[in-house]
Amino acid sequence: MVAAVRQLGSRTTQVVADLGSMALFLLEVLRDAVTPPWRLRNVVDEVYKLGVLSLLIISVSGLAVGMVLGLQGYNTLVRFGATQSLGAVVGLSLVRELGPVLTALLVTGRAGSATTAEIGTMVATQQLDGLRMMSVDPVDYVVAPRAIGMILVMPLLTALFIVCGIFGGWLVGVRLLGVDSGTYLTSLQSSVDLRDDLVSSLLKAVVFGVLVGWISTYRGYTSAPTSAGVSAATTATVVVASVSVLIFDYLITALWGV
Amino acid sequence: MATGAHVELSHVSMAFGDRPVFTDLSCTFPAGGVSVVLGGSGSGKSTLLRLIAGLIRPQTGRIVVDGEDVTRCSERDLFRVRRQLGMLFQGGALLDSMTVFENVAFPLREHTELDERTIADEVHDRLEAVGLHDVDGLLPGELSGGMVKRVALARAIIRSPAVLLCDEPFSGLDPISSKRIEVLLTQINRARGITTVVVSHDIDSTMRMAERVLLLLPGGCFEGAPDELRASADPRVRAFLSSDLDALPEAS
Repeated sequence: MVAAVRQLGSRTTQVVADLGSMALFLLEVLRDAVTPPWRLRNVVDEVYKLGVLSLLIISVSGLAVGMVLGLQGYNTLVRFGATQSLGAVVGLSLVRELGPVLTALLVTGRAGSATTAEIGTMVATQQLDGLRMMSVDPVDYVVAPRAIGMILVMPLLTALFIVCGIFGGWLVGVRLLGVDSGTYLTSLQSSVDLRDDLVSSLLKAVVFGVLVGWISTYRGYTSAPTSAGVSAATTATVVVASVSVLIFDYLITALWGV
Repeated sequence: MATGAHVELSHVSMAFGDRPVFTDLSCTFPAGGVSVVLGGSGSGKSTLLRLIAGLIRPQTGRIVVDGEDVTRCSERDLFRVRRQLGMLFQGGALLDSMTVFENVAFPLREHTELDERTIADEVHDRLEAVGLHDVDGLLPGELSGGMVKRVALARAIIRSPAVLLCDEPFSGLDPISSKRIEVLLTQINRARGITTVVVSHDIDSTMRMAERVLLLLPGGCFEGAPDELRASADPRVRAFLSSDLDALPEAS
């Protein structure tokens, strides 16, 4: 009993210490992001690595999800004779929930894990110490550009996911199942509100970008300098970031109705 | 020729968790000379270099480098102090996404306003000094172990540091490459007067190049010129230098 309580206390202390360490790390990244030297070239490199190289997986996934939504939505709506609302079903599902959440999960798996592995490998091979010895702050040179890159690409990839999804729904609903194209687009246009839905969706994506960028860089930066340490950090990034995205999605939706 | 202390450790104690590495260690590394830290694996040699570089902090004690107590410096101040330091890491620590040229040019691009032509001249001068030619466009992954260390050495001396720290410069190298690094370090020390601290467990190489040796053994720390240590009556020193396994004390 005493051992169990002691273990619980130890774990709680560890979690609190970890959260405190993460908060300090975030403050350091924010400070380096807003103070010179500006690492614009590094940020552009990261936008390319995190964003451009994710285009294919985001496009294909968005298309597939949109096609499934089109099919499932049609099968349900046809029972009520409401297939003219297919555009609204596909659009609202994608814009309000599936777009930002699935994009964040996909980016976590593809780019977040890569970010952790890359920084973790730099720790293990003493590249970060090498930077320190050259009087270059690794948080400023390595971490901040990756975190900023993640925040920048997340809303853009979310927008791409939504567009591909809407196109996928159109392909199935209109080309395959015979819904009128004008009806699909009108239903979509009338149901999706620019400010309430689209802007809020992109803001949600920004929050997810902060979360994934923060967790993936922190896990890499604090990983043990061994191959097992890098592996564990990469796994932790995928698990913690994915769960955080889902929890924050619920919180944002519950608190702000987005 | 060595004159005065350039790096000085006073009563330094360092432990990782419950495992002590140093207890009340005091030693000096003279300015302009080649000092070698010898000791077996796990004796704390690399830890000593990391302490001098301010990459880790001791629990107690002072470490003065070029007149600055690095144990009292903030992280920002350490970046300033490290401009006087160059470090050759055991694995090179080259930035693997950059070419050889970009790696060696990196400190100049970060900290100087030199134009690209001057930077190129400086980089080629240093690469020449470590015996490398036509390697500008190669990535670290395309280099041999010896070449990696030489590129790392070129990068470490590109800004003419006052103190050069070398962590196991001979490890993992064939005898020829090892000898080449040894000669290079001696030449660089003589040509530029850089205070050089070399950590190694290669007794032959280090005893040839050292002006001063710090020997870290489980039973204690011994300091002196190579000849003084060779003539030492202490059985632990004699056992280590003659690689007599049976006579060595057990590590704690």
